[in-house]
Amino acid sequence: MSPRPPAPPKIRIRGLEKRFGPKPVLRGLDLDVPEGRSLVVIGGSGSGKSVLIKCILGLLKPDAGSIRIDGTELVGASRATLEAARRKVGMLFQGAALFDSLPVWENVAFGLLARRLVDRKRARERAIATLARVGLGPEAADLYPAELSGGMQKRVGLARAIAAEPEILFFDEPTTGLDPIMADVINELIRTLVSELGATALSITHDMASVRKIADRVAMLYEGRIIWEGPVERLDDSGDPYVDQFVHGRATGPIKVGV
Amino acid sequence: MNPLAAIGRATLLFLAATGAVVAFALQALASGLSGRLYWRQLGRQMLEMGYFSLPVVGLTAIFTGMVLALQSYTGFARFEAQEAIPTIVVLSMTRELGPVLAGLMVAGRVGAAIAAELGTMRVTEQIDALSTLATDPLRYLVFPRLLAATLMLPLLVLVADVIGVMGGWLVSVYKLGFGPIEFVNRSFEHLETEDVVSGLVKAAVFGFIVALMGCYQGYRSRGGAQGVGAATTRAVVSASILILVANYVVTELFFSR
Repeated sequence: MSPRPPAPPKIRIRGLEKRFGPKPVLRGLDLDVPEGRSLVVIGGSGSGKSVLIKCILGLLKPDAGSIRIDGTELVGASRATLEAARRKVGMLFQGAALFDSLPVWENVAFGLLARRLVDRKRARERAIATLARVGLGPEAADLYPAELSGGMQKRVGLARAIAAEPEILFFDEPTTGLDPIMADVINELIRTLVSELGATALSITHDMASVRKIADRVAMLYEGRIIWEGPVERLDDSGDPYVDQFVHGRATGPIKVGV
Repeated sequence: MNPLAAIGRATLLFLAATGAVVAFALQALASGLSGRLYWRQLGRQMLEMGYFSLPVVGLTAIFTGMVLALQSYTGFARFEAQEAIPTIVVLSMTRELGPVLAGLMVAGRVGAAIAAELGTMRVTEQIDALSTLATDPLRYLVFPRLLAATLMLPLLVLVADVIGVMGGWLVSVYKLGFGPIEFVNRSFEHLETEDVVSGLVKAAVFGFIVALMGCYQGYRSRGGAQGVGAATTRAVVSASILILVANYVVTELFFSR
């Protein structure tokens, strides 16, 4: 049997560098996200996880390196190319980032309305259907974000991210600020939605319970580079002292903690 | 510290800030004009900035008109020139005080609100979220605000002109012994179209300034609640100063025609 050539990665990052003033945050980061898999990037607070995601989305401009989605180069790309790439991506923000001037259903249908895929009446129906997928009833549709609990806001954020059925999903600290049970509910939901959509998922978190639940593969970001990458089953015997320290949450070890 | 270096640094900072504001304005206009207009946003902002500013602007105008009549009486009675009061009131209101005071009040009310709203949207990542949902935040958030303020401030000033003159009329008729018809006739006697128009042009410029400074400061605010607070303060202060500067520039332009 001849070996099957490996499928090209959905997202391919090479030599990514980003600095803020004199402070380098990403220093030549390489990362592949295989199509249809869920990759979780772990790393301490301030290690540049959010910067990584914002660079991929084109919200921050990298200083050097290459980011390709489906083979299309995004660093230095035209606005139209960037917008086309963003169209493939749905993102759940850390604080959900719901638009607080709009009711829940308009939040969920925002991307559909912005692209004029549907009229307002159809958009509302689509929003209610999408809310059902994240476990919210139609009575939530006319509430405003400020009237929702943290867990419900995350659900609405999720619904907004998947409303246009994107090929790629980004999750920025999906469980931050939730109690352990609600965190588990959201993790389950992420797992289910990603496999239902057949999407490629890239998450960043430092919540190890979340990692074990939603990851197929795990990459560890430290000092601006990926220092370890492997399947989630290898997390406990990675053989990497940095990963070991992080996974077990020990104060002492090779990772220097800035106070 | 070397005083020359300090002056140089301050100058460079000032120039950099000016350039950043101008670049932001051009970007926002280019984005706004390159695609569809968000009518719903525009309508909402026009209502918020125009209609809901009416009480504040109206109160400012009526008391300004009243005090104008009183003060000019104090001065002009010394020359037996009281009959000039209606002219003074109407010219001061339309050319100068209507636009400037309405502009300053709106800078406090609307400029602060814009900076706080956009600043909060920035620090809670709502502006980033817009980008991920196929929406240009400059076109969706900034351009409708710029347009709404530029359109609504002239209308507000028109109302302020009328209310201000009415304030002058009230004081002149009930306190200074003018005939009610006489005051109205005299105020129109020397009033020319250009007096009103120059005031409305000023108003449009001030409206643009208020919205621009609010959007600019809010859009680039950083660092949580404190950052949003600082952005709001900067928006109001810079808009107020720019209004006073622009007021001279526009007056000069009309004056030298």
